[in-house]
Amino acid sequence: MAFAGRVALVLALAVCAYGITAALYGGRKGRRDWVDSGRRSVYCLAAILTVAMVILEIAFIRNDFSYNTVANTSSTTTPLLYRAAAMWSSQEGSLLLWVWLLSIWASVATFITRNRLRDIVPYATSVLLGFGAFFTTLLVFFDSPFAQTHPAPVQGAGLDPLLRNPSMLIHPPMLYSGYTFFTIPFAFAVGALVVRRVDADWIRVTRRFALASWLFLGIGIVLGARWSYYELGWGGYWGWDPVENAALMPWLISTAFLHSVMIQEKRGMLKIWNASLVLAASTLAIVGTFLVRSGVLNSIHAFGASTLGIPFVALIAAMTGGSIYLVVSRRDVLRSEHSLDSLFSREAAFLLNNVVLVGLCFVVFWGTFFPLISKAVTGTSAAVGPPWFDRYTVPLALILVLLSGIGPAIAWRRASLANARRNFRLPLAAAVLMAVAACTVVPISSSIGVVLLFSAAAFVCASVGQEFWRGWRARRATSSDSPLVALASMVRRNRRRYGGYIVHIGIAVLFIGVAASSTFQHEQTLSLRVGQSTRVGAYTMRYIRATGSVVADPNHTGATMTLGAVLRVTRGGHYVGTLRPSAGYYPAAQIVPGLVVASLISGDAVDQIGLQSSWRRDLWAAIKPLGATLPANGTQLPEERLVNLADGTISPTLSATQQLQTAFVELGLIVAHYIKFPPAASFTLIASPLVMWIWIGGLIVFLGGLTAIWPAPSALRSRLRARYLARVAQELGRA
Amino acid sequence: MTALIAALLIGALLGFVLWALSAPFRARGSATQPGDSDARRALESAKQSKYSEIRDNETDYRTGKLSDEDYRALDRQLRAEAVEILRAIDELDASIPAASD
Repeated sequence: MAFAGRVALVLALAVCAYGITAALYGGRKGRRDWVDSGRRSVYCLAAILTVAMVILEIAFIRNDFSYNTVANTSSTTTPLLYRAAAMWSSQEGSLLLWVWLLSIWASVATFITRNRLRDIVPYATSVLLGFGAFFTTLLVFFDSPFAQTHPAPVQGAGLDPLLRNPSMLIHPPMLYSGYTFFTIPFAFAVGALVVRRVDADWIRVTRRFALASWLFLGIGIVLGARWSYYELGWGGYWGWDPVENAALMPWLISTAFLHSVMIQEKRGMLKIWNASLVLAASTLAIVGTFLVRSGVLNSIHAFGASTLGIPFVALIAAMTGGSIYLVVSRRDVLRSEHSLDSLFSREAAFLLNNVVLVGLCFVVFWGTFFPLISKAVTGTSAAVGPPWFDRYTVPLALILVLLSGIGPAIAWRRASLANARRNFRLPLAAAVLMAVAACTVVPISSSIGVVLLFSAAAFVCASVGQEFWRGWRARRATSSDSPLVALASMVRRNRRRYGGYIVHIGIAVLFIGVAASSTFQHEQTLSLRVGQSTRVGAYTMRYIRATGSVVADPNHTGATMTLGAVLRVTRGGHYVGTLRPSAGYYPAAQIVPGLVVASLISGDAVDQIGLQSSWRRDLWAAIKPLGATLPANGTQLPEERLVNLADGTISPTLSATQQLQTAFVELGLIVAHYIKFPPAASFTLIASPLVMWIWIGGLIVFLGGLTAIWPAPSALRSRLRARYLARVAQELGRA
Repeated sequence: MTALIAALLIGALLGFVLWALSAPFRARGSATQPGDSDARRALESAKQSKYSEIRDNETDYRTGKLSDEDYRALDRQLRAEAVEILRAIDELDASIPAASD
């Protein structure tokens, strides 16, 4: 079946090449049949790549180690769910996922535009198939997921233990969906610029794809932060890692795009901005894809260096150069149809919003690529860390949060001072009240940023709440709906507006969580013996007893051995909860004869966090059961001596299976010894307020995005249009 | 057995691709694409934008962001602009049969 997979990829490449030719020829010559054949190439690409995906997934699930990618990233001891997700842990598998998702979204986009935008669609189709051709070329000629080794190895290397987390099932597909969704507006933007038809039509058609990209990228980013918090043992959720930043940059630009396209749709303004933003966002999405796999920057996501650096750089260069050429050469048709009526208007707020978001993206870009920039300029690679990023992003984020409260409260075109006083009275009062309340809890001199952010968040919540209240009251005044029905009807009739407002609330809540948890966190890293305790903020954490297990991994990640601890947490003498941190030990890639016991646990060790979450605070614990460092005099830890002893007792005359069985018994004895005579363990203990608000904020953002993206019922759309048509017709009659 | 399944799968894929890509040619022959009027499309797009502006203006008024005076002035202006767009569409539609005569 691997041969069928390889043939499928070659066929996919051929279909892309044909489709590009057919679409371009049909577009240039006005031949609808050729254009349709080009569009059908996209459908065929989706079908072929679906077959390729299924073949590869079956190989993973069936543990077919004749496939190199299966042997390198999976094993018989990897749980089934993680075997299914292991496909996208490899470079070749993730590239296949990328191009498969692209083909699916491209099929949807070309289907819904099959009778629309007939001059733009041939070029958009060509661009989409161009991306398809690029990725299938990589898969066919550089890094095939169907490469095999015969005879097949008996066992695979297993999925990296760091990736054995439920988030592995959803985080990469979410991020890749975000990256690939944005190729749709990119392709249509290129088509619109090529044919010089830059009105709002192509934006209307592709807006939902841009919103879907923003939504999936955002959820992917939040999921990644949550995974980092639960998995990596450092207690944080955002470290300004290059790969984190690589997803953040297109998200920031797409946020700017989603706001400013409203202005183009309504007023025919900011066309150059919008064209530049959509082209930049998609280019940054490719940069993000490249960073995840390339190893060009040090990152927790650097699971292996890539051989595909040059092709990706060439693609990024082509997209950048092509985008600049198109925007510059089409600047005459990109001229705004109107100018700004007033600096005190929603248009002006959106424009400022754009500037701030682009500024944020620039800061993140500069900090991310600074190692490469400094190496190119000075010959020495220098990196910037979280303090540098925080110094510039926090003030910009504060302005952004403020703008998200100002925008909803002012009108399009122009807002009068009298109305501004009326509309900002409540949000300003809320901000002042929150500032006063915050100052009673935190010292303003050292936490001015937190006070300001809390105040800005209160401003946003009050402003958006006011909008909901007034809209609901207006709806009730003009209909006989019950209160709940009126609210639902109000949102349903203007999903984009109210969905956006919900997103603003979510962002405010998320930033409250970030500000509180990062500023008021208490952390301790220390060594504790059983019975000893320590204070972490207002909490006392006591090491009660050691725990351990062999094979029966309580975290269901396939760890061979798990060692952990039970910690009792109290506050003011009252019981608060129990934390159970542990460390999972995984087998080495190969079992070494004579060192069977050691091989079973000498692979990666991964922290499993002990966590108790509530809306008020998180209690977080990580453990290194065998101490943070080896003894200073070079002697072995007791556990190492036990392992060596155990290996020494296993007779080399036993069969491999018998040696393995004996090794597990010995390992059980070692774990029992650890539980009975636990050594001092190294703990990282954290008490952090309002962390849960980050995830709640992310969920609210998701719900808001879903509300905005949901299509209005077509009947309602028709009724609304008919009503306005009738009104305008009345005017025509009187004119 | 696996080889047979693989061969059948490849054959099915090839057959599907050839059928799908050739369907437009079998259905229409060498159909040319009717030339759409760029001007008509631009006016339709402008009409949609204008309706959206009228709707938003009304929502802004109902939620207290505009005074009575500002709302009425802007509503008059926007609907006058919509009227002009509709007139332009009508004129364009009326001119098409004249051009083909």
